[in-house]
Amino acid sequence: MQILTRSIPLFITAVAGVVMILSAFFPYTSDWGKFAGQFFNILAAFAFVLGGGNLLKLHLKKISDQRPGWAYSGVVLVCFIVTLFVGLMKIGAYPNPTYPNVHFSGETQGSGSMFWWFYEYVFKPLTSTMFAMLAFYVASAAFRAFRAKNFEAILLLGTAFIVLLGRTFAGVLATGWIPPDSAFSGLRLENLSVYVMQVFNTAGTRAIMIGIALGIASTSMKIILGIDRSFLGSGD
Amino acid sequence: MSSSVSEPMTSAQRAIWAIVCLVIVLIVVARSFVGHGMGRVYVEPKPMDFVAEVSESADGESASTVDWKQLPPTEFAAYVAANPGTETISWVEYDQVPPRSYFAQETAGGGPIVFSWPRTIGLWLAAFFTLAIFSFLYRDNPFYKFAESVVVGVSAGYWMVVGFWDTIVPNLLQRLLPAFSKEYLTPGMELPAGGFDMVNLVFLIPLVLGLMLVCRLLPKCGWMSLWPLAFIVGTMAGLRMVSYIESDILVQTKETVIPLYVQGDNTSSTFMLVWTTIWSSLAQILLVIGVLACLVYFFFSVEHKGAVGKTARVGIWYLMITFGAAFGFTVMGRIALLAARVEFLFDDWMWLIDPMQQREFITASVGLLF
Repeated sequence: MQILTRSIPLFITAVAGVVMILSAFFPYTSDWGKFAGQFFNILAAFAFVLGGGNLLKLHLKKISDQRPGWAYSGVVLVCFIVTLFVGLMKIGAYPNPTYPNVHFSGETQGSGSMFWWFYEYVFKPLTSTMFAMLAFYVASAAFRAFRAKNFEAILLLGTAFIVLLGRTFAGVLATGWIPPDSAFSGLRLENLSVYVMQVFNTAGTRAIMIGIALGIASTSMKIILGIDRSFLGSGD
Repeated sequence: MSSSVSEPMTSAQRAIWAIVCLVIVLIVVARSFVGHGMGRVYVEPKPMDFVAEVSESADGESASTVDWKQLPPTEFAAYVAANPGTETISWVEYDQVPPRSYFAQETAGGGPIVFSWPRTIGLWLAAFFTLAIFSFLYRDNPFYKFAESVVVGVSAGYWMVVGFWDTIVPNLLQRLLPAFSKEYLTPGMELPAGGFDMVNLVFLIPLVLGLMLVCRLLPKCGWMSLWPLAFIVGTMAGLRMVSYIESDILVQTKETVIPLYVQGDNTSSTFMLVWTTIWSSLAQILLVIGVLACLVYFFFSVEHKGAVGKTARVGIWYLMITFGAAFGFTVMGRIALLAARVEFLFDDWMWLIDPMQQREFITASVGLLF
């Protein structure tokens, strides 16, 4: 069992990782990298199936146990199954005009299909409203957490204000009295915002990106060499 | 802003709920009877008519081919009348039109634009879901929980469907079952010579690995999912290592090694030329100093004392400015989304902002003036 659950997975990881690295350096192996990339996409699609199966398992268990809120699990399952059915069967989707005799030739999300209806009137409003609601929470958290108690906090707050104001009409109006072609035009909020973004923000972001890349490269190397085996769930 | 799920509602909170719901219902009812009303979607039908054109093979032995030709409605009727045995396919597609087109049509005395029940129901449902999600701002409630359950179910189904049609079909089925795919799923695909390319047998590997991944759902076969998981992790490790070294280390380092003196671009006067030169050069110097200072801050192998400590402190200042800018951008993005939802409620649903949907016309007119 140790071979099946440890040795073979570690071997697969090492081979897959080395192939991807080699494919970047040797033209002959570039096709291997392409295949591996396609394999990865296919597996990612299967992972959605795994996710759907897990969702079914979890909510069916909740319904059968009649745990608190089990009715909402019923809503989840109904929505999941209906969306899956109308999407896979392309219910209401128009065929491609070039092949009108082939039902499945049309676009999955073509305007007018039931799947499009679910996306347009259910999925899109729900997800965008959830993200939109974060505006309130970000503002609320900022109001409670942001205090100009030291120099670093003042820098953070000041930059946030400059960036926010520099991209609004109010900010442009506030410093609109500074002539745009004068020596002090850089103090206009819209220009100041650009200067902050191009110089200070770029410098910070660049350093963060280099740091992250170094971390990813070293972690990847540890995984490929089998030093980091945490993804196998062994606690090694 | 919100309270815990387990907390029961007080009578005051119930009263607030009742008042909010009542106000929304009253506004909707009142708006429905003012002007053109609200929340309706109109569509224009577009008939799609096809006739089969059978062409015999050149040698007369192999099977004849059928090509489908789309005809305008008038020609279609005439063609069918002239060729009664012809195989035909027809359906009607609907294009959404702004309400003003419908009102203009009604004023003119009729036309093809019709009211759409499915899209109108969808619009009201979208409005309900938007309000249900926003209701969480006050506290957790059954409307929010219902909307939350819907989004979980629909999202899971949505991504599975997208994964199937956008990944499994073109990357797997088209390769392993080309004839079936061409016949029933993707008729536009090119069949390989001989009907099947043996190289594509290699795609049995991801199929088997994919099935092994799904085995995670079975308690006794859970270990089988480790193999595809190992493949995913290994592939991503190799891919990301190369791409991050290339794009985030080498390219970013190269972009930082830049000339510190930059000639100004404002040549209107000598003063402005010197002034812009100073500012442009200063920007480059500050950029290089910033990257180095931030990297020093991230270098934890050396204790941040003395010169290293002071440099790291400058790095912290730069990072604070970066986080401030990131915060500003996040807030802007969320507020833009919020504005879009509010616009949906007040414009698309309640027809309050621009009931005749003439904003495009007004924007274009203003654009012409300036």
